[in-house]
Amino acid sequence: MHFGFDDDQLAFRDAVRELLEKECPPAAVRAAWEAPPGGLDRTVWDRLTEMGVLATLVPEEADGLGLDERSLVLVLEEAGRAALPHPLVDTAAVAAPLLAGTPGGEGPGPAGVPDAHGIGMVATDLGGPYVPCAADADWLLLRDPATGALHLVDPATVVLRPVDTVDGARRAAAVDWQPAPESLVTDDPAAIELALDRGAFGAAAVLVGLAQRMLDMTVAYVCERRQFGVPVGSFQAVKHRLADALKELAFARPAVHRAAHSLATGAETRARDVAMAKAMASDAARFVGRQALQCHGAIGYTVEHDLHLYLKRTWALAAAWGDAAWHRERVARALGV
Amino acid sequence: MDLTWTDEEEAFRAEARAWLEENLAAWYDEHGGPENIRSGDTREGFAQHLTWERRLYEGRWAAVSWPAAYGGRDASLWEWLIFEEEYYRAGAPPRITQNGIFLLAPTVFEFGNEAQRAHVLPRMAAAEDLWCQGWSEPDAGSDLAGITSRATRVEGGWRLDGQKTWTTRGAFCTHLFGLFRTDPGAERHRGLSYLLVPLDLDGVTVRGFGRLDGDEGFAEVFFDGAFLPDDAIPGGVLLGEEGEGWRVAMATTGSERGLTLRSPGRFLATAQRLVELYRERPSPRLRERLVDAWMRAEAYRLFTLETVTRLAGGAVMGPESSINKIWWSELDCDLHEIALELLGPDAELEGPWSKGWQFALSGPIYAGTNEIQRNIAAERVLGLPRR
Repeated sequence: MHFGFDDDQLAFRDAVRELLEKECPPAAVRAAWEAPPGGLDRTVWDRLTEMGVLATLVPEEADGLGLDERSLVLVLEEAGRAALPHPLVDTAAVAAPLLAGTPGGEGPGPAGVPDAHGIGMVATDLGGPYVPCAADADWLLLRDPATGALHLVDPATVVLRPVDTVDGARRAAAVDWQPAPESLVTDDPAAIELALDRGAFGAAAVLVGLAQRMLDMTVAYVCERRQFGVPVGSFQAVKHRLADALKELAFARPAVHRAAHSLATGAETRARDVAMAKAMASDAARFVGRQALQCHGAIGYTVEHDLHLYLKRTWALAAAWGDAAWHRERVARALGV
Repeated sequence: MDLTWTDEEEAFRAEARAWLEENLAAWYDEHGGPENIRSGDTREGFAQHLTWERRLYEGRWAAVSWPAAYGGRDASLWEWLIFEEEYYRAGAPPRITQNGIFLLAPTVFEFGNEAQRAHVLPRMAAAEDLWCQGWSEPDAGSDLAGITSRATRVEGGWRLDGQKTWTTRGAFCTHLFGLFRTDPGAERHRGLSYLLVPLDLDGVTVRGFGRLDGDEGFAEVFFDGAFLPDDAIPGGVLLGEEGEGWRVAMATTGSERGLTLRSPGRFLATAQRLVELYRERPSPRLRERLVDAWMRAEAYRLFTLETVTRLAGGAVMGPESSINKIWWSELDCDLHEIALELLGPDAELEGPWSKGWQFALSGPIYAGTNEIQRNIAAERVLGLPRR
């Protein structure tokens, strides 16, 4: 029994953290709000590609890192901490292992698609009807609404209808498309189920990172902001909110780490464990966000302050890939109630 | 990361499970069936539970993580967690020796001299000496440093004056471990000493009184010039240095809040029973809350596995134990509250769930109220400024 991470996993996380602190500051997230469809800056994405992050779950023989979700989970938390606008969950957690045909995945993909390591940016509608970064992606992984089968589709062949999202950095669109035999990746229900679980797990990990960021920002703010001649963080009402935020996050995180383990080991309880992780991470992150906003006061209730960048991503991801209630329903079925 | 148990750990689990099954059945038989077992917080029930504690000791299950020399079996923290899971899974009774084994003993291991350890620990494991905690006073609850009970140095020992209260099972215990002010000139956290006190001294009066559930589970303890001889406990009645009582006492609060007092196994078992209750009396409007509570129990298990992984790697329990205590105490309330709602009108009847509910309500209060825990978490984990 060892419920922790090894030095390699922590070093991988640290390298990604360092990169994102440099290349994905709040200004980069703001830029993603403003850039036109198809115009998302790829500097940080290219660096992540060079580091092999996108191919974390791709076997070494397919030029990937040959790691599993236990390595990816910490990286995704970092993506959350930075509110990385690019579709890292869609690409690295869902599409790459699916297309690489890792155990449980049913690759290879359709003819003419680059190997998984060179897949580029993939965006998917598996997490919900609105595809994030749809106009920016190199490929779209789409679910045939009639059959549930997964297709890898060239964005040039679809019609995108951009939608206005609360988080402008989601860059989401609805996709009008036609499934074709040559774009089919898999119609195996087990592979589709696994892809959905990987996405829900990935979103849960990102939510943990977002929550950590909001908590850190809020702690820093309440230590600095003075009212009545003292830091507002010295007031018990503020302390107790943030202690609860810490608690909810601290107990959601191991659920997400366990989901990583269950995915990596193909555990029988995988579906239940992923559902629990997404339910708890969604609730925890939304709870932390509420405390963060309240403790920032009016300054947090502006688009000039950075808090909203993380708060709005939290709302989006809490609802995507199945919201907390939907995943609790899955856990209920697993419990036989 | 590897969430599987070794063969040795699985064997340990199997051994614990088999022993518990056999001995619980035998213990029930001894008392004419489980329906005759009273609460361990009543005089009659306490005596019944003593016979259980002695079975545990004879089977060397009373304090599994202790060294064998003191009555344990040198179990790792992992094995301790496994034992606790099996203990509550089997439906074994609450430990009436708990405050000694889980609160005093870690302090004795850390601060006691060899003579104290050799005397106190085996007798505690064997339930020959029964220890209660004498910390709270009428005017020193959350503000524990406001203690006014005094221990005055006299020839050959100490003279004790003052009052302790809300002492769990104090009316049935033989000994008290407590904080007393030994330096009358010192204030607050300074000048306190940690003393080991037999309760049969002249000048000590113990009065039991009813807790919320009506059981005589609380006591107040009066010290009226009682003489505590230095040699009342081999190795001495002072645990740690004179005047260092606060530091010595705080060493137990980490383990109390953090790990040992309320292991995940206890809440996993309650959550499982709640799931079974739901299956018997389903109520769709409570289904989501049920699932949420079950997940919170499971999350507590996972959090603890993380904690033990860190401790096994050499880390020490820090102030993060505060959020742990908030978590399990609120979880326990939630689990029981859902059960009572499932029971509907039957919830007003005396029974395991209504009893458990009343006990659960004490969780956010004892071992440092959850308000104090939130202060600790905010100040010492998050680093918010103290006032």
